[in-house]
Amino acid sequence: MIAMLYAPYVIGSYVVTFAGIGLYTVRMLAQARKAARQVPPEDRPWT
Amino acid sequence: MTGFMTSTRNQAEAMPATDRAPTSTTFSRALGIAALVGIGWLIVFGLFLSPNDRVQKTGVRILYIHVPSAWLAYLAFGVTGLSSLAYLWKRTRSLTWDRIAGASAEVGVLFMGITLVSGSLWGRISWGTYWTWDARLTTTAFLFVTYIGYLAVRGLGGTHQQRAKRSAVLAILAVVEVPLVHFSVTWWRPLHQNETVENGKLSGLMLFTLFVGLIAFTLLYVWLVLHRQRVLTLLDQVDDRGLDVAIAERRNEAVTS
Amino acid sequence: MNMWRIARLVAAKDLRVEWRSRVVTNQVLPFAALVMVMFAFALDNDQVLTRVAPGLVWLATMFSLLVIVQRAFAVETADGAMDALQVAGVRPGGIFLGKALALAAQLAVLELVLLAAAVVLYKTEIVAGGIVLLVTTYLAATIGLAFVGTLYGGLAAGAKGRETLLPLLMLPVVAPVLIGATRATEAALGTENATPSDGWPWIGLLALFAVVFGVGGTLAFGSLIDE
Repeated sequence: MIAMLYAPYVIGSYVVTFAGIGLYTVRMLAQARKAARQVPPEDRPWT
Repeated sequence: MTGFMTSTRNQAEAMPATDRAPTSTTFSRALGIAALVGIGWLIVFGLFLSPNDRVQKTGVRILYIHVPSAWLAYLAFGVTGLSSLAYLWKRTRSLTWDRIAGASAEVGVLFMGITLVSGSLWGRISWGTYWTWDARLTTTAFLFVTYIGYLAVRGLGGTHQQRAKRSAVLAILAVVEVPLVHFSVTWWRPLHQNETVENGKLSGLMLFTLFVGLIAFTLLYVWLVLHRQRVLTLLDQVDDRGLDVAIAERRNEAVTS
Repeated sequence: MNMWRIARLVAAKDLRVEWRSRVVTNQVLPFAALVMVMFAFALDNDQVLTRVAPGLVWLATMFSLLVIVQRAFAVETADGAMDALQVAGVRPGGIFLGKALALAAQLAVLELVLLAAAVVLYKTEIVAGGIVLLVTTYLAATIGLAFVGTLYGGLAAGAKGRETLLPLLMLPVVAPVLIGATRATEAALGTENATPSDGWPWIGLLALFAVVFGVGGTLAFGSLIDE
């Protein structure tokens, strides 16, 4: 009974955590793609 | 100038893989996969395989993401402080340190936000309230706001060097400020809630799940900062390039007119 | 030039500018008094007001501090005065101390007015036994606030959107002063049967705060205004 009562809180915290990380990652990679169009590969020191 | 631009565009078309994931390397890809596997593992163990706590019942499951994200946020702010110090020290001065500091602070703010949300949900279950004015909670909230301010200062503009110096000084000040805030809040509210679960009494499988969470989140942190730092490098380059183009255009105007 | 001499000259200049424009006396003081009246509207209970008066006085001080700091640096950046000082090779540590001194003087006037407003509006009573503690609290807190205000004001000066950025940066930093000064003032005024001996530990915190930001600001101010 108590377990059922707590479930929304538990699931909510997992959803917030992974949705937050996911959104941040997606936004970051999209920004990278956009910026990369203006920077030639030889100017990327990590490649 | 136009000729140069077309040639880069052709190169980019020739290598679609690097354009789709411009900040990836073999290492970062392996790291990303490891982090994803870790998170999958954490979800399976955290939500399904680990047992309920005697007192907390299923509420204990929030702990497996709450504790790792709190740890990460503190780690991230520590990295920001150290990289800022490295930037301010003349012998190691490099914009790379500045970008690592910025990337780490951003990831830290993200995880601190997650920590506050998951923590208040957990508090609602175990203390019956979303928030208490306990010293640790209050300091955490202050850290969150302080680093939001830090990120705002990074966005103020100016040259890269100006941004780097300004934000590095601010990061050091934040490191100085945090103990003062913590000290004053502890004095203000000396009686604080004891953690009901953290004081021992986690069973073997629970500890293991928490451990998985810590490793998965740490891998994730390294992956995020690595990529974010590369994206910031790209953005700085775009900035410089825009300036170069503007100067070249001006020069051409002066020659032709 | 000696750093203290620079500080004295900068402070005298700032206060002279202030004296001529009278922005603090004509705008900030009325604003602060207005905030005190608004608190009374919001709380609407004489006992509650007397109980929370020390906190409200310090809260109103912090809000007014934001306004004064904006003003102190708007004067400098408007005509590039700070750049001129930099070019002239004036030591930034001296500029920092001077501006902080001028800010502290203005804050002190403001705090006296706010305390008087609390006595009149909130029925606050000043107890003879707590006067030493009260004066020490005001001294320590004012110096600390002046250092932080100058440091973060210099950081945000000349940046776009500094009006909104300054409160975000500064309020979390001055939180220990708000806590410490309020508790010490409560002890000095005997709010909730507190005695002056309850207040002295907080003076330690306020003094530590002032020293940390005084030293930090003197060292860091150069790299902050160096544009």
